[in-house]
Amino acid sequence: MRDAFIATLSELAKKDKKIILITADLGFGVFNKYREELPKQFLNVGVAEQNMTGVATGMALEGYTVFTYSIANFPTLRCLEQIRNDAAYHGANVKVVAIGGGFSYGALGMSHHATEDLAIMRAIPEVTVVSPGCIWETQRATEALVNTPGTCYLRLDKSNAGDTSLPGEVFQIGKARRLKEGKDLTIVTTGGILCEVLAAFDRLQKEHQINCRVVNVHSLKPFDEEEILSAASETGGIVTVEEHVVEGGLGGLVAEICLENGQPPRLFHRIGLRGGFASKVGSQEYLRKHYDMSEDAIVNAVLRLVSQRRPLDSSQELKVTTLH
Amino acid sequence: MSITNIDTQVFAKQLRIHVLNMTSSGGSSHVGAAFSMADIIAVLYGHSLKIDPQLPKWADRDRFILSKGHAGACVYAALALRGFFSVDKLLTHYKDGSYLSGHVSHKGNPGVELSTGSLGHGLSVGSGMAYAAKADNKNYRVFVQLSDGECDEGSNWEAILFSAHHHLDNLVAIVDYNKIQSLAPVAETVGLEPFSDKWRAFGWAVREVDGHNHEELKAAFASIPAETGKPTVVIAHTIKGRGVSFMENTVLWHYRTAKGEEFDAALRELEAK
Repeated sequence: MRDAFIATLSELAKKDKKIILITADLGFGVFNKYREELPKQFLNVGVAEQNMTGVATGMALEGYTVFTYSIANFPTLRCLEQIRNDAAYHGANVKVVAIGGGFSYGALGMSHHATEDLAIMRAIPEVTVVSPGCIWETQRATEALVNTPGTCYLRLDKSNAGDTSLPGEVFQIGKARRLKEGKDLTIVTTGGILCEVLAAFDRLQKEHQINCRVVNVHSLKPFDEEEILSAASETGGIVTVEEHVVEGGLGGLVAEICLENGQPPRLFHRIGLRGGFASKVGSQEYLRKHYDMSEDAIVNAVLRLVSQRRPLDSSQELKVTTLH
Repeated sequence: MSITNIDTQVFAKQLRIHVLNMTSSGGSSHVGAAFSMADIIAVLYGHSLKIDPQLPKWADRDRFILSKGHAGACVYAALALRGFFSVDKLLTHYKDGSYLSGHVSHKGNPGVELSTGSLGHGLSVGSGMAYAAKADNKNYRVFVQLSDGECDEGSNWEAILFSAHHHLDNLVAIVDYNKIQSLAPVAETVGLEPFSDKWRAFGWAVREVDGHNHEELKAAFASIPAETGKPTVVIAHTIKGRGVSFMENTVLWHYRTAKGEEFDAALRELEAK
Protein backbone atom coordinates (compact mmCIF):
# COMPACT_ATOMS: atom_id res chain seq x y z
CA MET A 1 0.00 0.00 0.00
CA ARG A 2 2.82 2.35 0.88
CA ASP A 3 4.46 2.03 -2.52
CA ALA A 4 1.11 2.33 -4.29
CA PHE A 5 0.38 5.48 -2.31
CA ILE A 6 3.71 7.10 -3.12
CA ALA A 7 3.58 6.16 -6.80
CA THR A 8 0.06 7.56 -7.10
CA LEU A 9 0.90 10.70 -5.18
CA SER A 10 3.96 11.20 -7.32
CA GLU A 11 1.86 11.22 -10.48
CA LEU A 12 -0.63 13.62 -8.92
CA ALA A 13 2.12 15.91 -7.67
CA LYS A 14 3.70 16.11 -11.11
CA LYS A 15 0.45 17.58 -12.39
CA ASP A 16 -0.23 19.82 -9.40
CA LYS A 17 2.66 21.85 -8.03
CA LYS A 18 0.61 22.73 -4.97
CA ILE A 19 0.82 19.17 -3.64
CA ILE A 20 3.46 18.81 -0.96
CA LEU A 21 4.59 15.70 0.90
CA ILE A 22 5.99 16.23 4.38
CA THR A 23 7.57 13.44 6.36
CA ALA A 24 8.63 13.46 9.98
CA ASP A 25 11.90 11.69 9.19
CA LEU A 26 10.39 8.34 8.28
CA GLY A 27 10.18 6.44 5.01
CA PHE A 28 13.79 5.38 4.56
CA GLY A 29 14.43 4.74 0.87
CA VAL A 30 10.81 5.00 -0.17
CA PHE A 31 10.90 8.65 -1.19
CA ASN A 32 14.05 8.56 -3.30
CA LYS A 33 12.30 8.70 -6.64
CA TYR A 34 9.68 11.20 -5.50
CA ARG A 35 12.32 13.42 -4.01
CA GLU A 36 14.49 13.26 -7.07
CA GLU A 37 11.62 14.13 -9.39
CA LEU A 38 9.86 16.64 -7.15
CA PRO A 39 12.44 18.21 -4.85
CA LYS A 40 10.36 21.33 -4.28
CA GLN A 41 7.34 19.29 -3.26
CA PHE A 42 9.06 17.31 -0.56
CA LEU A 43 9.95 18.33 2.96
CA ASN A 44 11.45 16.39 5.84
CA VAL A 45 10.76 18.31 9.04
CA GLY A 46 12.73 15.95 11.22
CA VAL A 47 11.37 13.99 14.15
CA ALA A 48 8.74 16.57 14.99
CA GLU A 49 5.18 15.52 14.30
CA GLN A 50 3.54 18.45 16.06
CA ASN A 51 5.53 20.89 13.98
CA MET A 52 4.91 18.82 10.85
CA THR A 53 1.17 19.16 11.30
CA GLY A 54 1.34 22.84 12.20
CA VAL A 55 3.58 23.62 9.21
CA ALA A 56 1.25 21.58 7.00
CA THR A 57 -1.68 23.64 8.23
CA GLY A 58 0.12 26.89 7.59
CA MET A 59 0.98 25.81 4.05
CA ALA A 60 -2.52 24.50 3.44
CA LEU A 61 -4.00 27.81 4.55
CA GLU A 62 -1.81 29.40 1.88
CA GLY A 63 -3.25 27.20 -0.84
CA TYR A 64 -1.26 23.98 -0.71
CA THR A 65 -2.52 20.42 -0.43
CA VAL A 66 -0.22 18.91 2.13
CA PHE A 67 0.26 15.23 2.89
CA THR A 68 1.86 14.55 6.26
CA TYR A 69 3.51 11.18 6.49
CA SER A 70 4.80 8.97 9.23
CA ILE A 71 4.26 5.52 10.63
CA ALA A 72 1.94 3.97 13.18
CA ASN A 73 0.62 6.50 15.73
CA PHE A 74 3.17 9.23 15.12
CA PRO A 75 1.29 11.29 12.51
CA THR A 76 -1.99 10.98 14.44
CA LEU A 77 -1.84 10.52 18.20
CA ARG A 78 1.46 12.33 18.70
CA CYS A 79 0.06 15.49 17.12
CA LEU A 80 -3.64 14.94 17.64
CA GLU A 81 -4.34 18.42 18.90
CA GLN A 82 -2.61 19.99 15.91
CA ILE A 83 -4.83 17.87 13.67
CA ARG A 84 -7.92 18.89 15.62
CA ASN A 85 -7.33 22.56 16.38
CA ASP A 86 -5.10 23.64 13.52
CA ALA A 87 -5.92 21.49 10.51
CA ALA A 88 -9.50 20.30 10.99
CA TYR A 89 -11.00 23.38 12.65
CA HIS A 90 -9.66 25.54 9.85
CA GLY A 91 -10.77 23.14 7.13
CA ALA A 92 -7.16 23.00 6.00
CA ASN A 93 -6.21 20.66 3.16
CA VAL A 94 -3.99 18.50 5.30
CA LYS A 95 -4.01 14.81 4.45
CA VAL A 96 -2.60 12.79 7.32
CA VAL A 97 -1.09 9.52 6.15
CA ALA A 98 -0.14 6.76 8.56
CA ILE A 99 1.78 3.79 7.27
CA GLY A 100 1.32 0.70 9.37
CA GLY A 101 -2.28 0.31 10.44
CA GLY A 102 -3.01 -2.26 13.13
CA PHE A 103 -0.20 -4.79 13.60
CA SER A 104 1.70 -3.92 10.43
CA TYR A 105 4.70 -3.21 12.63
CA GLY A 106 3.75 -5.93 15.07
CA ALA A 107 7.23 -6.97 16.11
CA LEU A 108 8.26 -3.41 16.92
CA GLY A 109 6.04 -3.40 19.98
CA MET A 110 3.11 -1.56 21.50
CA SER A 111 4.34 1.91 20.50
CA HIS A 112 4.05 0.87 16.85
CA HIS A 113 0.67 -0.82 17.02
CA ALA A 114 -1.89 1.53 15.45
CA THR A 115 -4.94 0.06 17.10
CA GLU A 116 -6.96 3.07 18.26
CA ASP A 117 -6.41 5.48 15.40
CA LEU A 118 -9.67 4.92 13.57
CA ALA A 119 -11.80 5.58 16.62
CA ILE A 120 -9.82 8.64 17.56
CA MET A 121 -9.63 10.15 14.10
CA ARG A 122 -13.26 9.54 13.32
CA ALA A 123 -14.26 11.35 16.48
CA ILE A 124 -12.71 14.58 15.24
CA PRO A 125 -15.35 16.66 13.47
CA GLU A 126 -14.96 17.38 9.79
CA VAL A 127 -12.17 14.86 9.23
CA THR A 128 -12.56 12.36 6.40
CA VAL A 129 -11.33 8.91 7.46
CA VAL A 130 -10.24 6.39 4.85
CA SER A 131 -8.78 2.95 5.41
CA PRO A 132 -8.20 1.07 2.15
CA GLY A 133 -8.10 -2.71 2.01
CA CYS A 134 -6.37 -3.29 -1.29
CA ILE A 135 -3.95 -1.71 -3.72
CA TRP A 136 -6.66 -0.44 -6.02
CA GLU A 137 -8.45 1.26 -3.13
CA THR A 138 -5.16 2.80 -2.02
CA GLN A 139 -4.53 4.29 -5.44
CA ARG A 140 -8.06 5.56 -5.84
CA ALA A 141 -8.25 6.88 -2.28
CA THR A 142 -5.03 8.83 -2.75
CA GLU A 143 -6.49 10.46 -5.86
CA ALA A 144 -9.81 11.09 -4.18
CA LEU A 145 -8.29 12.73 -1.11
CA VAL A 146 -6.57 15.35 -3.24
CA ASN A 147 -10.02 16.37 -4.39
CA THR A 148 -11.67 16.08 -0.98
CA PRO A 149 -11.68 19.47 0.74
CA GLY A 150 -10.48 19.72 4.31
CA THR A 151 -8.54 17.46 6.60
CA CYS A 152 -8.39 13.75 5.86
CA TYR A 153 -6.84 10.67 7.39
CA LEU A 154 -5.49 7.86 5.24
CA ARG A 155 -4.60 4.69 7.11
CA LEU A 156 -2.36 2.38 5.12
CA ASP A 157 -1.54 -1.20 5.99
CA LYS A 158 1.38 -3.47 5.34
CA SER A 159 -0.95 -6.26 4.25
CA ASN A 160 -3.48 -5.88 1.47
CA ALA A 161 -5.95 -7.87 -0.57
CA GLY A 162 -4.34 -7.27 -3.94
CA ASP A 163 -6.61 -5.71 -6.52
CA THR A 164 -10.27 -6.20 -5.65
CA SER A 165 -11.65 -3.83 -8.26
CA LEU A 166 -14.46 -4.94 -10.50
CA PRO A 167 -14.46 -4.09 -14.21
CA GLY A 168 -15.45 -0.47 -14.69
CA GLU A 169 -15.82 0.14 -10.98
CA VAL A 170 -15.73 3.73 -9.80
CA PHE A 171 -14.27 4.53 -6.40
CA GLN A 172 -16.17 6.96 -4.26
CA ILE A 173 -15.28 8.28 -0.82
CA GLY A 174 -18.12 7.39 1.54
CA LYS A 175 -19.37 4.48 -0.53
CA ALA A 176 -18.84 0.96 0.79
CA ARG A 177 -18.03 -1.81 -1.66
CA ARG A 178 -19.99 -5.05 -1.72
CA LEU A 179 -17.28 -7.45 -2.75
CA LYS A 180 -19.19 -10.69 -2.29
CA GLU A 181 -22.87 -11.34 -2.50
CA GLY A 182 -24.47 -13.63 0.06
CA LYS A 183 -27.56 -14.01 2.21
CA ASP A 184 -26.42 -15.98 5.24
CA LEU A 185 -24.64 -13.19 7.07
CA THR A 186 -22.55 -10.12 6.29
CA ILE A 187 -18.92 -9.61 7.10
CA VAL A 188 -18.10 -5.91 7.23
CA THR A 189 -14.45 -4.98 7.26
CA THR A 190 -11.94 -2.19 6.77
CA GLY A 191 -8.22 -2.08 6.02
CA GLY A 192 -5.71 -4.65 4.89
CA ILE A 193 -7.32 -7.32 7.03
CA LEU A 194 -9.70 -7.64 4.08
CA CYS A 195 -7.33 -10.36 2.89
CA GLU A 196 -8.23 -12.47 5.94
CA VAL A 197 -11.91 -11.80 5.35
CA LEU A 198 -11.76 -12.91 1.73
CA ALA A 199 -9.92 -16.08 2.73
CA ALA A 200 -12.55 -16.74 5.39
CA PHE A 201 -15.30 -16.14 2.84
CA ASP A 202 -13.84 -18.82 0.56
CA ARG A 203 -13.55 -21.34 3.35
CA LEU A 204 -17.05 -20.70 4.63
CA GLN A 205 -18.40 -21.22 1.16
CA LYS A 206 -16.37 -24.27 0.24
CA GLU A 207 -16.22 -26.11 3.54
CA HIS A 208 -19.47 -25.04 5.17
CA GLN A 209 -21.72 -23.97 2.33
CA ILE A 210 -22.25 -20.63 4.01
CA ASN A 211 -22.58 -17.71 1.67
CA CYS A 212 -21.58 -14.49 3.35
CA ARG A 213 -21.95 -11.05 1.97
CA VAL A 214 -18.66 -9.16 2.22
CA VAL A 215 -18.81 -5.40 2.53
CA ASN A 216 -15.56 -3.52 2.50
CA VAL A 217 -15.73 -0.12 4.13
CA HIS A 218 -12.81 1.97 2.94
CA SER A 219 -14.43 5.16 4.22
CA LEU A 220 -15.34 5.32 7.88
CA LYS A 221 -16.24 8.96 7.51
CA PRO A 222 -18.32 9.70 5.57
CA PHE A 223 -19.92 6.32 6.11
CA ASP A 224 -22.23 4.33 3.86
CA GLU A 225 -25.16 3.84 6.24
CA GLU A 226 -27.43 2.47 3.56
CA GLU A 227 -25.18 -0.45 2.72
CA ILE A 228 -24.90 -1.42 6.37
CA LEU A 229 -28.63 -1.16 7.00
CA SER A 230 -29.25 -3.31 3.92
CA ALA A 231 -26.84 -5.89 5.31
CA ALA A 232 -28.64 -5.89 8.65
CA SER A 233 -32.08 -6.28 7.16
CA GLU A 234 -31.25 -8.59 4.26
CA THR A 235 -28.79 -10.96 5.90
CA GLY A 236 -29.87 -10.65 9.52
CA GLY A 237 -26.37 -10.87 10.94
CA ILE A 238 -23.21 -8.81 10.88
CA VAL A 239 -19.66 -9.65 11.87
CA THR A 240 -17.31 -6.69 11.79
CA VAL A 241 -13.59 -7.27 11.29
CA GLU A 242 -10.96 -4.64 11.97
CA GLU A 243 -7.34 -4.62 13.08
CA HIS A 244 -8.15 -2.15 15.80
CA VAL A 245 -9.63 -2.19 19.27
CA VAL A 246 -13.29 -3.11 19.22
CA GLU A 247 -14.18 0.18 20.87
CA GLY A 248 -15.13 3.05 18.63
CA GLY A 249 -13.87 1.78 15.31
CA LEU A 250 -15.73 0.00 12.54
CA GLY A 251 -17.67 -2.34 14.83
CA GLY A 252 -18.81 0.47 17.05
CA LEU A 253 -19.75 2.52 14.04
CA VAL A 254 -21.86 -0.27 12.54
CA ALA A 255 -23.61 -0.81 15.86
CA GLU A 256 -24.34 2.90 16.23
CA ILE A 257 -25.81 3.17 12.76
CA CYS A 258 -27.96 0.05 13.08
CA LEU A 259 -29.34 0.94 16.50
CA GLU A 260 -29.94 4.57 15.70
CA ASN A 261 -31.92 3.57 12.61
CA GLY A 262 -33.92 0.96 14.51
CA GLN A 263 -32.51 -1.83 12.39
CA PRO A 264 -30.20 -3.89 14.59
CA PRO A 265 -29.12 -7.15 13.01
CA ARG A 266 -30.40 -10.13 14.94
CA LEU A 267 -26.87 -11.45 15.21
CA PHE A 268 -23.86 -9.25 15.73
CA HIS A 269 -20.24 -9.65 16.68
CA ARG A 270 -17.19 -7.43 16.54
CA ILE A 271 -13.81 -8.95 15.74
CA GLY A 272 -10.95 -6.76 16.85
CA LEU A 273 -8.47 -6.28 19.65
CA ARG A 274 -9.98 -6.94 23.07
CA GLY A 275 -8.68 -7.11 26.59
CA GLY A 276 -6.03 -4.43 26.65
CA PHE A 277 -2.84 -3.60 24.84
CA ALA A 278 -1.15 -6.18 22.66
CA SER A 279 1.98 -6.76 24.66
CA LYS A 280 3.16 -9.79 22.72
CA VAL A 281 5.07 -9.03 19.57
CA GLY A 282 5.28 -10.83 16.29
CA SER A 283 4.44 -10.60 12.64
CA GLN A 284 1.14 -9.14 11.54
CA GLU A 285 0.01 -12.66 10.67
CA TYR A 286 1.03 -14.02 14.06
CA LEU A 287 -0.64 -11.25 16.01
CA ARG A 288 -3.88 -11.57 14.06
CA LYS A 289 -3.97 -15.23 15.02
CA HIS A 290 -2.97 -14.58 18.60
CA TYR A 291 -5.59 -11.89 19.12
CA ASP A 292 -8.41 -13.74 17.36
CA MET A 293 -8.79 -11.70 14.22
CA SER A 294 -7.33 -14.06 11.65
CA GLU A 295 -9.08 -16.05 8.95
CA ASP A 296 -9.69 -18.84 11.49
CA ALA A 297 -11.25 -16.48 14.00
CA ILE A 298 -13.52 -15.00 11.35
CA VAL A 299 -14.65 -18.44 10.19
CA ASN A 300 -15.34 -19.52 13.76
CA ALA A 301 -17.26 -16.36 14.59
CA VAL A 302 -19.47 -16.75 11.54
CA LEU A 303 -20.09 -20.44 12.26
CA ARG A 304 -21.11 -19.73 15.83
CA LEU A 305 -23.41 -16.90 14.88
CA VAL A 306 -25.03 -18.84 12.08
CA SER A 307 -25.59 -21.81 14.42
CA GLN A 308 -27.50 -19.50 16.74
CA ARG A 309 -29.68 -18.14 14.03
CA ARG A 310 -33.37 -18.22 14.70
CA PRO A 311 -36.07 -18.11 12.05
CA LEU A 312 -36.19 -14.77 10.29
CA ASP A 313 -39.76 -14.11 11.36
CA SER A 314 -39.03 -14.40 15.07
CA SER A 315 -38.46 -11.51 17.44
CA GLN A 316 -36.50 -8.64 15.93
CA GLU A 317 -34.80 -7.91 19.21
CA LEU A 318 -31.03 -7.76 19.16
CA LYS A 319 -29.55 -11.13 19.99
CA VAL A 320 -26.73 -10.78 22.44
CA THR A 321 -24.05 -13.20 21.45
CA THR A 322 -21.09 -14.18 23.51
CA LEU A 323 -18.28 -15.82 21.69
CA HIS A 324 -15.75 -16.06 24.46
CA MET B 1 4.56 48.97 4.09
CA SER B 2 1.30 50.68 4.85
CA ILE B 3 1.95 53.24 7.54
CA THR B 4 -1.32 54.52 8.91
CA ASN B 5 -1.88 57.83 10.60
CA ILE B 6 -3.21 56.16 13.69
CA ASP B 7 -1.80 57.47 16.95
CA THR B 8 -0.72 54.18 18.44
CA GLN B 9 -0.71 55.60 21.97
CA VAL B 10 -4.38 56.49 21.64
CA PHE B 11 -5.02 53.16 19.95
CA ALA B 12 -3.40 51.29 22.86
CA LYS B 13 -5.50 53.24 25.37
CA GLN B 14 -8.65 52.36 23.44
CA LEU B 15 -7.62 48.72 23.29
CA ARG B 16 -7.19 48.52 27.05
CA ILE B 17 -10.53 50.19 27.72
CA HIS B 18 -12.29 47.81 25.33
CA VAL B 19 -10.53 44.81 26.87
CA LEU B 20 -11.58 45.91 30.34
CA ASN B 21 -15.17 46.37 29.23
CA MET B 22 -15.24 43.09 27.34
CA THR B 23 -13.71 40.94 30.04
CA SER B 24 -15.73 42.52 32.83
CA SER B 25 -18.98 42.44 30.94
CA GLY B 26 -18.49 38.88 29.80
CA GLY B 27 -16.89 37.70 33.03
CA SER B 28 -13.80 36.32 31.33
CA SER B 29 -10.21 36.08 32.52
CA HIS B 30 -6.81 37.05 31.15
CA VAL B 31 -7.09 40.81 31.40
CA GLY B 32 -3.50 40.93 32.68
CA ALA B 33 -2.23 38.99 29.67
CA ALA B 34 -4.15 41.24 27.27
CA PHE B 35 -2.90 44.44 28.91
CA SER B 36 0.71 43.30 28.82
CA MET B 37 0.64 42.99 25.03
CA ALA B 38 -1.73 45.88 24.29
CA ASP B 39 1.08 48.17 23.16
CA ILE B 40 2.49 45.50 20.84
CA ILE B 41 -0.94 44.95 19.32
CA ALA B 42 -1.51 48.69 19.01
CA VAL B 43 1.76 49.14 17.14
CA LEU B 44 1.12 46.13 14.90
CA TYR B 45 -2.51 46.88 14.02
CA GLY B 46 -2.17 50.64 14.17
CA HIS B 47 1.10 50.95 12.34
CA SER B 48 3.29 48.05 11.25
CA LEU B 49 1.09 45.33 9.77
CA LYS B 50 0.35 45.55 6.06
CA ILE B 51 -3.39 44.86 6.19
CA ASP B 52 -6.58 46.06 4.59
CA PRO B 53 -9.74 45.92 6.72
CA GLN B 54 -11.82 45.94 3.54
CA LEU B 55 -9.98 42.89 2.23
CA PRO B 56 -9.26 40.64 5.19
CA LYS B 57 -8.01 37.85 2.90
CA TRP B 58 -5.90 40.11 0.69
CA ALA B 59 -3.20 37.77 -0.65
CA ASP B 60 -0.27 40.06 0.13
CA ARG B 61 -1.29 41.03 3.65
CA ASP B 62 1.03 40.44 6.56
CA ARG B 63 -0.17 37.50 8.62
CA PHE B 64 -0.60 37.87 12.35
CA ILE B 65 -1.18 34.86 14.57
CA LEU B 66 -2.05 35.23 18.22
CA SER B 67 -0.56 32.07 19.63
CA LYS B 68 -1.32 33.18 23.19
CA GLY B 69 -4.98 32.87 22.30
CA HIS B 70 -6.18 33.61 25.83
CA ALA B 71 -5.48 37.29 25.22
CA GLY B 72 -7.89 37.26 22.29
CA ALA B 73 -10.00 40.15 23.60
CA CYS B 74 -7.20 42.53 22.71
CA VAL B 75 -6.99 41.31 19.10
CA TYR B 76 -10.75 41.37 18.71
CA ALA B 77 -10.71 44.98 19.89
CA ALA B 78 -7.91 45.88 17.49
CA LEU B 79 -9.73 44.30 14.55
CA ALA B 80 -12.98 46.05 15.43
CA LEU B 81 -11.28 49.41 15.85
CA ARG B 82 -9.59 48.96 12.49
CA GLY B 83 -12.94 48.19 10.88
CA PHE B 84 -12.75 44.45 10.27
CA PHE B 85 -16.05 44.14 12.08
CA SER B 86 -18.36 46.27 14.17
CA VAL B 87 -17.18 47.69 17.48
CA ASP B 88 -20.64 46.95 18.88
CA LYS B 89 -19.91 43.25 18.49
CA LEU B 90 -17.14 43.46 21.09
CA LEU B 91 -19.54 43.46 24.01
CA THR B 92 -20.85 40.04 22.96
CA HIS B 93 -17.44 38.67 23.97
CA TYR B 94 -17.67 35.52 26.10
CA LYS B 95 -21.46 35.62 26.07
CA ASP B 96 -24.07 33.12 24.90
CA GLY B 97 -24.22 32.77 21.15
CA SER B 98 -21.17 34.93 20.42
CA TYR B 99 -18.33 34.04 18.07
CA LEU B 100 -15.99 36.15 20.19
CA SER B 101 -14.75 33.27 22.31
CA GLY B 102 -12.45 33.71 25.27
CA HIS B 103 -9.63 32.28 23.16
CA VAL B 104 -9.25 33.85 19.76
CA SER B 105 -11.27 32.27 16.95
CA HIS B 106 -11.35 32.86 13.21
CA LYS B 107 -14.91 31.62 12.83
CA GLY B 108 -17.21 34.53 12.21
CA ASN B 109 -14.42 37.01 12.83
CA PRO B 110 -12.80 38.49 9.71
CA GLY B 111 -9.13 39.30 10.19
CA VAL B 112 -8.32 36.48 12.60
CA GLU B 113 -5.83 34.24 10.81
CA LEU B 114 -5.83 31.33 13.23
CA SER B 115 -7.95 30.07 16.09
CA THR B 116 -5.81 29.25 19.06
CA GLY B 117 -6.23 28.64 22.76
CA SER B 118 -4.08 25.62 23.31
CA LEU B 119 -0.58 27.00 23.66
CA GLY B 120 2.30 26.06 21.41
CA HIS B 121 0.43 25.91 18.10
CA GLY B 122 0.88 29.30 16.48
CA LEU B 123 4.56 29.25 15.67
CA SER B 124 4.39 26.02 13.66
CA VAL B 125 1.45 27.26 11.63
CA GLY B 126 3.21 30.58 11.15
CA SER B 127 6.32 28.71 10.02
CA GLY B 128 4.23 26.91 7.43
CA MET B 129 2.84 30.21 6.17
CA ALA B 130 6.33 31.70 6.01
CA TYR B 131 7.63 28.61 4.21
CA ALA B 132 4.78 28.93 1.69
CA ALA B 133 5.56 32.61 1.17
CA LYS B 134 9.15 31.76 0.30
CA ALA B 135 8.06 28.98 -2.04
CA ASP B 136 5.59 31.33 -3.75
CA ASN B 137 8.01 34.29 -3.89
CA LYS B 138 5.60 36.37 -1.82
CA ASN B 139 6.75 39.29 0.26
CA TYR B 140 4.33 39.14 3.12
CA ARG B 141 5.64 38.67 6.63
CA VAL B 142 4.29 36.38 9.32
CA PHE B 143 4.09 37.64 12.90
CA VAL B 144 3.39 35.24 15.73
CA GLN B 145 2.66 36.56 19.20
CA LEU B 146 3.73 34.17 21.95
CA SER B 147 3.53 34.40 25.70
CA ASP B 148 6.49 33.62 27.90
CA GLY B 149 4.80 30.77 29.72
CA GLU B 150 3.91 29.35 26.34
CA CYS B 151 7.60 28.83 25.66
CA ASP B 152 7.38 25.84 28.03
CA GLU B 153 5.62 24.01 25.20
CA GLY B 154 8.08 21.79 23.34
CA SER B 155 6.25 22.25 20.05
CA ASN B 156 7.53 25.82 19.92
CA TRP B 157 11.08 24.59 19.95
CA GLU B 158 10.33 22.22 17.08
CA ALA B 159 9.14 25.24 15.10
CA ILE B 160 12.11 27.32 16.22
CA LEU B 161 14.49 24.66 14.88
CA PHE B 162 12.54 24.28 11.66
CA SER B 163 12.24 27.93 10.75
CA ALA B 164 15.91 28.66 11.39
CA HIS B 165 16.94 25.63 9.34
CA HIS B 166 14.86 26.90 6.43
CA HIS B 167 16.07 30.50 6.78
CA LEU B 168 12.55 31.87 7.18
CA ASP B 169 13.56 35.49 7.59
CA ASN B 170 9.99 36.53 6.81
CA LEU B 171 8.91 35.06 10.15
CA VAL B 172 8.76 37.13 13.33
CA ALA B 173 8.08 35.70 16.75
CA ILE B 174 7.17 38.22 19.43
CA VAL B 175 7.38 37.09 23.01
CA ASP B 176 5.30 39.00 25.51
CA TYR B 177 7.86 38.55 28.26
CA ASN B 178 5.95 39.78 31.30
CA LYS B 179 7.64 37.18 33.46
CA ILE B 180 4.47 35.95 35.11
CA GLN B 181 2.60 32.85 34.05
CA SER B 182 -0.73 31.57 35.25
CA LEU B 183 0.20 30.28 38.71
CA ALA B 184 3.49 31.95 39.52
CA PRO B 185 6.39 33.95 38.11
CA VAL B 186 8.12 32.32 35.14
CA ALA B 187 11.40 32.15 37.05
CA GLU B 188 9.75 30.09 39.78
CA THR B 189 7.90 27.82 37.35
CA VAL B 190 10.24 26.77 34.56
CA GLY B 191 12.88 29.43 34.11
CA LEU B 192 13.56 30.62 30.57
CA GLU B 193 16.81 32.47 31.14
CA PRO B 194 19.18 32.98 29.46
CA PHE B 195 16.26 33.46 27.10
CA SER B 196 17.72 35.48 24.26
CA ASP B 197 20.79 33.24 24.20
CA LYS B 198 18.54 30.26 23.65
CA TRP B 199 16.93 31.82 20.58
CA ARG B 200 20.30 32.94 19.30
CA ALA B 201 21.74 29.48 19.76
CA PHE B 202 18.82 28.11 17.75
CA GLY B 203 19.75 30.35 14.83
CA TRP B 204 17.38 33.29 15.30
CA ALA B 205 18.09 37.01 15.16
CA VAL B 206 17.15 38.48 18.52
CA ARG B 207 15.85 41.95 19.28
CA GLU B 208 15.07 42.89 22.87
CA VAL B 209 12.77 45.83 23.32
CA ASP B 210 10.68 47.55 25.94
CA GLY B 211 7.32 46.11 24.98
CA HIS B 212 5.55 49.29 26.05
CA ASN B 213 7.78 51.65 24.07
CA HIS B 214 6.08 52.23 20.76
CA GLU B 215 9.10 53.70 19.04
CA GLU B 216 11.21 50.68 19.92
CA LEU B 217 8.49 48.33 18.72
CA LYS B 218 8.02 50.25 15.47
CA ALA B 219 11.74 50.23 14.81
CA ALA B 220 11.96 46.49 15.46
CA PHE B 221 9.04 45.69 13.15
CA ALA B 222 10.38 48.04 10.47
CA SER B 223 13.65 46.16 10.21
CA ILE B 224 12.53 42.63 9.40
CA PRO B 225 14.53 40.56 8.87
CA ALA B 226 16.80 41.76 11.61
CA GLU B 227 19.45 39.56 10.02
CA THR B 228 19.17 38.25 6.48
CA GLY B 229 18.47 34.55 6.35
CA LYS B 230 17.29 34.28 9.95
CA PRO B 231 13.88 34.42 11.51
CA THR B 232 13.55 37.25 14.01
CA VAL B 233 12.39 37.07 17.59
CA VAL B 234 11.37 40.28 19.29
CA ILE B 235 11.61 39.67 22.99
CA ALA B 236 9.34 42.33 24.37
CA HIS B 237 9.92 43.02 28.06
CA THR B 238 6.52 43.88 29.42
CA ILE B 239 4.56 44.32 32.62
CA LYS B 240 1.64 42.01 33.14
CA GLY B 241 -1.54 44.02 33.66
CA ARG B 242 0.15 47.16 32.32
CA GLY B 243 -2.06 50.25 32.58
CA VAL B 244 -3.91 49.59 35.82
CA SER B 245 -1.75 50.02 38.90
CA PHE B 246 -3.32 47.32 41.03
CA MET B 247 -3.16 44.79 38.20
CA GLU B 248 0.46 45.35 37.31
CA ASN B 249 2.97 42.62 38.05
CA THR B 250 0.55 40.37 39.83
CA VAL B 251 -0.24 36.71 39.34
CA LEU B 252 -3.80 37.39 40.54
CA TRP B 253 -4.87 39.30 37.45
CA HIS B 254 -4.08 36.50 35.09
CA TYR B 255 -7.48 35.03 35.95
CA ARG B 256 -9.33 37.66 37.97
CA THR B 257 -12.16 39.65 36.42
CA ALA B 258 -12.65 43.28 37.41
CA LYS B 259 -16.09 43.81 38.91
CA GLY B 260 -17.79 46.65 40.79
CA GLU B 261 -15.37 49.05 42.42
CA GLU B 262 -12.37 47.34 40.87
CA PHE B 263 -13.84 47.87 37.43
CA ASP B 264 -14.59 51.52 38.14
CA ALA B 265 -11.10 52.14 39.49
CA ALA B 266 -9.47 50.39 36.53
CA LEU B 267 -11.53 52.36 34.02
CA ARG B 268 -10.68 55.65 35.77
CA GLU B 269 -6.96 54.86 35.55
CA LEU B 270 -7.13 53.85 31.86
CA GLU B 271 -9.15 56.89 30.89
CA ALA B 272 -6.83 59.24 32.76
CA LYS B 273 -3.79 58.16 30.75
